[in-house]
Amino acid sequence: MDVRALLKDAGLAAFVAFMLALPMIGFQTVDFSGGVGITVVTRFGDVAISVVLVFVGRLALSLLQYPSWRPPLLMASVVVVVGLPLLKTQAHYPVITWLAVIASAVIAVRSAWLHFDVSGVVGRDENNRMGDAAAFIGRWFGPVFVLFAVIFPFLPTTSRYLLDLGILVLTYVMLGWGLNVVVGLAGLLDLGYVAFYAVGAYSYAIIARDFGLTFWACLPLAGLFAAFFGVILGFPVLRLRGDYLAIVTLGFGEIIRIVLLNWASFSGGPNGISSIPRPSFLGMPFHPNPPEGVTSFHQFFNIDFSAEHRIVFLYYLILILALVTNSFTLRIRKLPIGRAWEALREDEIACRALGINPTNTKLTAFAIGAMFAGFAGAFFATRQGFISPESFSFIESAVILAIVVLGGMGSQIGVVLAAVLLIGVPEFFRELAQFRMLAFGAAMVGIMIWRPRGLLAHRDPSIRLSDAAGAGR
Amino acid sequence: MTRTPLLQVEHLTMRFGGLIAVNDISFTAYDREITAIIGPNGAGKTTVFNCLTGFYNAPVGRLRLTGARGEFLLERMDGFRIAQKGGVARTFQNIRLFPQMTVLENLIIAQHNTLMRASGYTAAGLFGLKSYRDAEREAVELARSWLDRLGLTAQADWEAGNLPYGSQRRLEIARAMCTKPVLLCLDEPAAGLNPRESGELRELLTEIRDRRRIGVLLIEHDMSVVMGISDHIVVLDYGRLIADGTPAEVRSDPAVIRAYLGEEDTDQIPPEVARNLRQGGRV
Repeated sequence: MDVRALLKDAGLAAFVAFMLALPMIGFQTVDFSGGVGITVVTRFGDVAISVVLVFVGRLALSLLQYPSWRPPLLMASVVVVVGLPLLKTQAHYPVITWLAVIASAVIAVRSAWLHFDVSGVVGRDENNRMGDAAAFIGRWFGPVFVLFAVIFPFLPTTSRYLLDLGILVLTYVMLGWGLNVVVGLAGLLDLGYVAFYAVGAYSYAIIARDFGLTFWACLPLAGLFAAFFGVILGFPVLRLRGDYLAIVTLGFGEIIRIVLLNWASFSGGPNGISSIPRPSFLGMPFHPNPPEGVTSFHQFFNIDFSAEHRIVFLYYLILILALVTNSFTLRIRKLPIGRAWEALREDEIACRALGINPTNTKLTAFAIGAMFAGFAGAFFATRQGFISPESFSFIESAVILAIVVLGGMGSQIGVVLAAVLLIGVPEFFRELAQFRMLAFGAAMVGIMIWRPRGLLAHRDPSIRLSDAAGAGR
Repeated sequence: MTRTPLLQVEHLTMRFGGLIAVNDISFTAYDREITAIIGPNGAGKTTVFNCLTGFYNAPVGRLRLTGARGEFLLERMDGFRIAQKGGVARTFQNIRLFPQMTVLENLIIAQHNTLMRASGYTAAGLFGLKSYRDAEREAVELARSWLDRLGLTAQADWEAGNLPYGSQRRLEIARAMCTKPVLLCLDEPAAGLNPRESGELRELLTEIRDRRRIGVLLIEHDMSVVMGISDHIVVLDYGRLIADGTPAEVRSDPAVIRAYLGEEDTDQIPPEVARNLRQGGRV
């Protein structure tokens, strides 16, 4: 690999970046201060920064393939020593500075890794190593994550905003785990998953509104209704696979949303349903002045009322729901039905030849995946206190599916990482203002190039001969 | 020894549009025998298999299975029920293992129906009841006995797709056997095997016939396998049955030689080809 080819390659990338950045970043239209007409502001400095960043980044990427570890390390240190002060002067986008630091660190670590790896062979070998890393993370970091999630509300740095974000992320983690049953295990590409989420949310809202049942009575009902809808969707799509299945499930998701939008007497139409009852802690509401004869949470525990109690309670509620989903999935994977799901994903024809009923197997996958979406939907309704069809658009399905795919199909811990990445990180990109989604998209593309099978694509066997010998477990 | 009919195929016919893939075929496969179905490419052998195992619904014909599990008319059953209730297991011409699952898992999935019942259709398994744990242990023991037989115990926790080709072929047979079938249908099990491996395959198949006491139906092109182990051979050509008999009878049947070597100049067969055919080489 000679230096000239590297530079030429990086130059080409920089040229493409220039052509793209010039119209997209170089010119900005802003309103006149009076609000009559617009004017164009040029930002050629930013264009220059992007071009240089692409040049350096492309060079760094090429250098990673370099058989020796010295040039990448040199490159990383140059970026840190020379680049950072320069970037600091352009204080518009501090995130870019951060990205540069992180990228340099990754390059340095990576080059050191290559150095200490005896074989130095990149490729298939590395995939296995990543698989081992994923198994390692799953075994040791799983409990650490859970512990962190449990103490998270009591950390001094946790603000109300972070707690809300945590609830949001956990909701998506739960949805991701639910969809993982359908997509990751059974291999049925479902683009309309949000429909079951909607069914769960509306079941809770309507049952609570019309029959006055409490959240805890409605939760199983919401799951049941969603599972029922899962079976209803399952029947017509039994014979479909891959793209065709995706199209039909996409249509199903839209049908549910449009019915909710138009059936005003039932669902309130576009106005949605408001003042959905909030959950209570063992029958004790979170309310500053509870009605006569009812003890509220703060009175029972004899503490001052705080609006945050309810948030913390909701946080633990979704944490428990998500953990139940996880342990259920992990357990069912080791049961015959779970193995049949995975076998169905691998080869449906072979399954039939072994006497596995494909109809029942697929329907249970749809039903169980939908049930968890229903639980999550009921939680969503009680948390928001207001639902409308707008919350259940196709983009939600796409995000949940992206979480599953990005995490690595079938990987439970991968879903957590992907949910944090997809839901949490865009919040941190807020500093980038209008480039937020651009950075988000770039991160997605980067991950898919770096890890095409997902962040933690690793399949743990459901049974091992060595383990099975003694305990049968 | 009296021969017990296991599978009676009567007037089986299968059409694809204008093409008659299988035309009025009748034959009987006997219990504890290896019945080979041979014929040139496109003769309809795999179509017969697909009708038998429910992948196609034959419009004409009767497939009567009289096994240890009772009597079944296979042409009236759904694909998976033929395996589940009737006890017909099969392998495929192009290997259809579950490549990303481990070798052991492949063998456990084959026992799905037994385990499903034992797990109380999931409910008992979810709570880890002892009855289910025992059933799972038994399933693992059955799998382990097959792994030991195939010499794959050390690779039990490998992904099945990473096994060498020959081992994958044998694993597929073991997986079919784990369903505890009464009739085992093998579609070209020796395809792509080297001479040593096909020797091992012959041993395995005779062992399955003699020790497991089930009927085997075999599609195969490798004449050393077919002539060496079959008790009974059925020859198809262009969807018709042209010969049915013992290996010796079939080998000397002029219709069979014609089908394999062409219509003209049947008396002009090159001597080495004829010898090869008689001695059971690959045609």
